[in-house]
Amino acid sequence: MTSRFGALTDAPASFLLAGVRAVDPAAGSDTVRDLAVVDGRIVNGAGVPEGIPRLDGHGLVVAPGFCDLHAHLREPGMEGAETIASGSRAAAHGGFTTVCAMPNTDPPLDEAARVAWIVSLARDASARVRVVAAVTHGRVGEALTDVGELTANGAVAFSDDGAAIPTARLARSALLGIGPLGVPLIEHAEDPTLASGTLMRSGPVATRLGLAGWPPSAELVIVERDIALAEETGGRLHLTHLSTAAALDAVRRAKDRGVRVTCDVTPHHLAMSDAWVAGDRAFSWEAQSDVASDPFGQPVDAQVAFDGACRVNPPLPAREDALAVLRGLADGSIDAIATDHAPHPPERTLVEFAEAAPGMIGLETALSIGLAAVDAGCLSLAALLTALSTGPAALIGEERGLGPGTSADMVVFDPSGRWRVDRDTLASRSANTPLLGRGLPGVVRLTVADGRVMFDEGLGLLV
Amino acid sequence: MSARQIMRADELRRALVRIAHEIVERNGGTDGLVMVGVHSRGVPLAQRLAALIHEHEGVEVPVGSLDITYYRDDLTKIAHAPIVKRTEAMPELTDKTVVLVDDVLFTGRTVRAALDAITDHGRPTAVRLAVIVDRGHRELPIRPDHVGKNLPTSLDENVQVRLSETDGVDEVLIARSSAR
Amino acid sequence: MTAVAAGPRTWKRRHLLDVDQLTRPELEAILDEAAELRKQRANAELDEAARRLRGHTVGLAFYEPSTRTRVSFELAARELGATVVHLSVAGSSVVKGESLIDSMLTLERAGVHTVVLRHAAAGAPYLVARATGLRVLNAGDGAHAHPTQALLDALTLREALGGSLEGRTIAIVGDVAHSRVARSNLHALTRLGARVVLGGPPSWVVGFHAWPGVRVAAGLQDALHDAEAVMTLRVQLERIGGDGVGSLREYTRRWGLDEERMSWARPGAPILHPGPTNEGIELTAELAAGERSLIGRQVSNGVAVRMAVLPHLAAEVDR
Repeated sequence: MTSRFGALTDAPASFLLAGVRAVDPAAGSDTVRDLAVVDGRIVNGAGVPEGIPRLDGHGLVVAPGFCDLHAHLREPGMEGAETIASGSRAAAHGGFTTVCAMPNTDPPLDEAARVAWIVSLARDASARVRVVAAVTHGRVGEALTDVGELTANGAVAFSDDGAAIPTARLARSALLGIGPLGVPLIEHAEDPTLASGTLMRSGPVATRLGLAGWPPSAELVIVERDIALAEETGGRLHLTHLSTAAALDAVRRAKDRGVRVTCDVTPHHLAMSDAWVAGDRAFSWEAQSDVASDPFGQPVDAQVAFDGACRVNPPLPAREDALAVLRGLADGSIDAIATDHAPHPPERTLVEFAEAAPGMIGLETALSIGLAAVDAGCLSLAALLTALSTGPAALIGEERGLGPGTSADMVVFDPSGRWRVDRDTLASRSANTPLLGRGLPGVVRLTVADGRVMFDEGLGLLV
Repeated sequence: MSARQIMRADELRRALVRIAHEIVERNGGTDGLVMVGVHSRGVPLAQRLAALIHEHEGVEVPVGSLDITYYRDDLTKIAHAPIVKRTEAMPELTDKTVVLVDDVLFTGRTVRAALDAITDHGRPTAVRLAVIVDRGHRELPIRPDHVGKNLPTSLDENVQVRLSETDGVDEVLIARSSAR
Repeated sequence: MTAVAAGPRTWKRRHLLDVDQLTRPELEAILDEAAELRKQRANAELDEAARRLRGHTVGLAFYEPSTRTRVSFELAARELGATVVHLSVAGSSVVKGESLIDSMLTLERAGVHTVVLRHAAAGAPYLVARATGLRVLNAGDGAHAHPTQALLDALTLREALGGSLEGRTIAIVGDVAHSRVARSNLHALTRLGARVVLGGPPSWVVGFHAWPGVRVAAGLQDALHDAEAVMTLRVQLERIGGDGVGSLREYTRRWGLDEERMSWARPGAPILHPGPTNEGIELTAELAAGERSLIGRQVSNGVAVRMAVLPHLAAEVDR
């Protein structure tokens, strides 16, 4: 069997995709057409040479390559869970051509030489790996890193993700320091004094399960603080994995005032709710299960309740918050979907809920979760693809589009195909997701980055 | 006493490959680089880093070694078991970038003693510190430039970097030093 | 005398994780069976036929200190003829960082059939039930559940209130939010048709107003008004000072039970407490030792309830 994965060091590809539905958020277009790539560049129908592979694109959708602003690739230090190589393959399998690696590695990405090391490791990866560098030394929230040198060595954003910048003073100083570099501060908005010791979103399910509840104010107070600081300093603030309606409203108001603030949401905060901790497995837009509609009266499902894979930070939201962020995505208030891909080995998730490492994998299921929302009529395909491609790409200065003359950077998927999330079907080294064993819509058939084939599911372009 | 493995041979190798790369990157190349290992396990580590740099850059980086037991300011505390080894011929350090290599960074006292020793040998333009494990509990304001793994430990734990050259096996172990 | 062996067998579960798994008829059947076992045990009528767990090994894995629950389970298992082994957390490899699943798999490989698990983490028994072949009996997980305590409380209340809890009003007073006893009791009592009134500092009863069949009272007098029985919960001293409860004195002044305050409840209303009591804090020593107190009865009912429950887990597998 030939590998399904290519590398950025491969030769540029040439092929013609006939009768494909091309959705290009950059051009605002959605048409069925032939799309040709010659030597890695998109060309007009007229300039297509004879003899290049001709692929049947009927029933398939082509869109600009996806960009993930938030992934944990675990290298260096936790290579058992993921590596740059395996994480980039997971990205390619999910249709992502860019994946931003978060700095909470061991040691953290807080030194220019270490950022350069990641950049060099990623040279022959299966997706462009961009580095989000730590904003404070050691990620301990005390002293700012050498942000200029880090940017010069390839950092595209800064974050102490896993925690918010602990003090307003330091957050202000970070916005001032990073601002002139033209890159965003990616903030994990969660007040540690409110969030500490909590295990799931506060609400009826937490009350019923006896798990300490996370108050939505934990997110809101940091969001409001950072918006005030961004407004005052003019710095670029990007709020990642928003999970509450209140925080989203604060972002909307700030955007209306012209503050330089953007935000993303994860697929799991759109689709899953706190009832998943009690064993519910219905997406937020689906009819509620018994335990979700009557959390006190119904028995929890012992086979899935307290699943460590459902522990995330911020915690899975109340259903009404999940639906609110879904609406925010639909109306464009949310700029991007970011996966917060957080691979963990089994020994860190097959443990007591309180001991489980927070986070779930997401690169390979993001498109499918989005398509499930599209199928349910909660989101347009164009809004989904914008939030996965042009939206996030613009935030780190990458271009996307399907226009002729551009370097081919695209994903081709079968929206009506289905696949099963399984250890064997995942390219990630880890399988920590409550979706394991579940069938999902949307099969990625081809991912092309920088004109090279990164992933090919049965189209025969990789030999 | 129970010991737990926290780095396997492949993880140790991976960390060394990265550190070698970081050293060259930080220096903007190999010009003027000198590796100085601290007895005992810092010495084979410095040699391995030099070999990895040679593998990747094709340049031989001089390697020296330091026996810091002569220089420890808390000599009396270890006087009951002093291991005095010969300090091998030291390469020229003046106007060089010295990378001091040790296995575990703990209180920082060893490193400070090593810095004193280095300045006795010459006047480098910069001294950088590379360690396999930074276990915290610093008593002196010393921060490693290159680190294999940050390992928060408690004071009653003991971190051992074991190397094939000295111990017959490559691994890092953590153990409680007092029985409970 | 073989009434037990011929008793109702409507309840078949591989695990007892919480009361929420049980229907009302199943609950009633367990309580009937426990009542019968209690009577036989008191009259020394337990014979060979009662030793239904011969050849069965019960492991007691208590990751949190407990005397009364552990002893109660051990007595129950021995009365049933089971072999009992202890996973001693302090003396085993648990302290070396062995995972819960690894420890439980070790028990399973050593031949343990049923594990009685007490653990500080909510949901820990669910994990063991999924990840091992052991039958799991939850003896208390974090603030989540303590099903046999709720069953013994229900048995005690049924006896005291004359046979049925349908339409009866029970007050639960104290730190409901952090109490696995309260949560399992809410499942059991509401399933048995009782109305439950909760009383306690606002931060200790927050969120429970949404539980069907449950009312959160405005103060102690409101909580006790109409109560036909009162259950007060142990105050965990580490909760004092945070969580909106300033001091023990403040708690006792507003929520502590004494004979005078008990006059707010229905005449003769009995008092229950899951133990161990902090006398002078949740209730006065006189009240704990007085006529209203069912605390001793709760302990003896505990053995009977556990004797009723254990064979059902074993029987499910034997079939």
